[in-house]
Amino acid sequence: MKCIAFIQTKGGQATKASLEAAGFAAGIGEAVAVVSGDLDGDGGLGSVGIQRVLQGAGDLDDSQLGRLVSAAAEHEGASLVVCAQDHLGKSIAGRVAVRMNAGLIAGVTVAPDGDNYTRNVFSGKATAQVKGATDNLVITTTPNAIGMPAASGATASIEAFDTELGERKVDILEAASPSTGGRAPLPEAELVVSAGRGMKGPENWGLIEDLADAVGATTACSRPVSDIGWRPHHEHVGQTGIAIRPNLYIAVGISGAIQHLAGVNGSKVIVVINKDPEAPFFKAADYGIVGDAFDVVPKLTEAFKAL
Amino acid sequence: MGGADCDPILRKALAIGAHEAVRIDAEPQDAMQVAAEIAAYAKGQSFDAILCGKETIDHNSSAVPAMIAEHLDVPCIALATSLDYADGKAVMTRETALGIEKISVGGSFVLSAAKGMAEQRIPNMRGIMAARTKPLQVVAAQGAAPGTRIERFALPDEKAGVKLVDAENPAELVRLLREEAKVI
Repeated sequence: MKCIAFIQTKGGQATKASLEAAGFAAGIGEAVAVVSGDLDGDGGLGSVGIQRVLQGAGDLDDSQLGRLVSAAAEHEGASLVVCAQDHLGKSIAGRVAVRMNAGLIAGVTVAPDGDNYTRNVFSGKATAQVKGATDNLVITTTPNAIGMPAASGATASIEAFDTELGERKVDILEAASPSTGGRAPLPEAELVVSAGRGMKGPENWGLIEDLADAVGATTACSRPVSDIGWRPHHEHVGQTGIAIRPNLYIAVGISGAIQHLAGVNGSKVIVVINKDPEAPFFKAADYGIVGDAFDVVPKLTEAFKAL
Repeated sequence: MGGADCDPILRKALAIGAHEAVRIDAEPQDAMQVAAEIAAYAKGQSFDAILCGKETIDHNSSAVPAMIAEHLDVPCIALATSLDYADGKAVMTRETALGIEKISVGGSFVLSAAKGMAEQRIPNMRGIMAARTKPLQVVAAQGAAPGTRIERFALPDEKAGVKLVDAENPAELVRLLREEAKVI
């Protein structure tokens, strides 16, 4: 089967979530990548199994990107389009599906079993096996779920791809990148240290940052903490914030409300530190420490530093 | 879009301020079908904006808003956190993988709202009474077909249960993460 992988780039390199989507596509059939705008070399795409990259115009809005991707699929005779289920993927995939008259299976978490695709439903409390009911199909892959294919070291060839894209309708007035202090952005982070109201106040976040630095992790927080302004909104993980799937999620002073679990239950290993042994989060955890965060976290930080 | 069991939800929307409610009379099956039905209804109406939620609470696909926008050939602002009007243009903020963007759109548009867009409102008695007399129109569906089919549901593997580590010995946790879980 021939498929198209839509790739988002950052500084000329494919994002991690896009590389996962490309690897997923390459595992299904002959995959051709589509990018918009500048690429540094092949953007890392050859190494995940892509042989050809179609490079379209840059600086496109969502509608134009939808046209670019569906035109590429038509050009290549591809019946399957894959992209990441990230912010951009959520804007584009539905558009491509409508243009190609294709069913959309969003947030797939494992490689397909024949034409059965597995995705999480009910915020990770169950999985569903879904089939396409149309000739064409659009799949989005959940970031940090599929895993990155082993790098082959191969290089993809780049071809310019021109097509009619229509006019841009969305104007960007300002763009700001919140500082992550050199840490990986949350949706891509493999190690996350998160804290909740148990920290008693924003002035105590130094403990969490020290632990995150010792682990090499990104910091996150629970909803109440961002609601009362202790931490910025973009650090909020949970059902209404960002859903993450790191390899390691360390939750400090978070009770584990069901809405919080919905955003983190895809984490491979969950560590809970809470002074309340009855905190519901312990039921979802792999490892736990019952103790006061103000005692435990500095000791844990030292233990990580001693590695 | 849904059966008559959706009417109480539409009445609640009327009670917190909506002027009219419309229910497209069909059971939702997937995003493709729902988006086609909503877009078909919207095509016959004049509108400035179509506001959607972030995702459904059951299937969590975040797919419908962009599909509606493509059917109607209008911009879609996914996961917007604010909406204002200035000089006849809609100004919105949204978070992307690359940062926070402030954007503007001239004509009509679709948006999906992320947290921060608005405070949740609870209907008051006056609103609930007023909602009883507001129009709730039921329109026939176009018969749009779904693009996917769910074969089966399954429960995820059970967690083995939490392994507790002594609060006085966090180094043991680090050892377990390294040697047993192999995540660091």
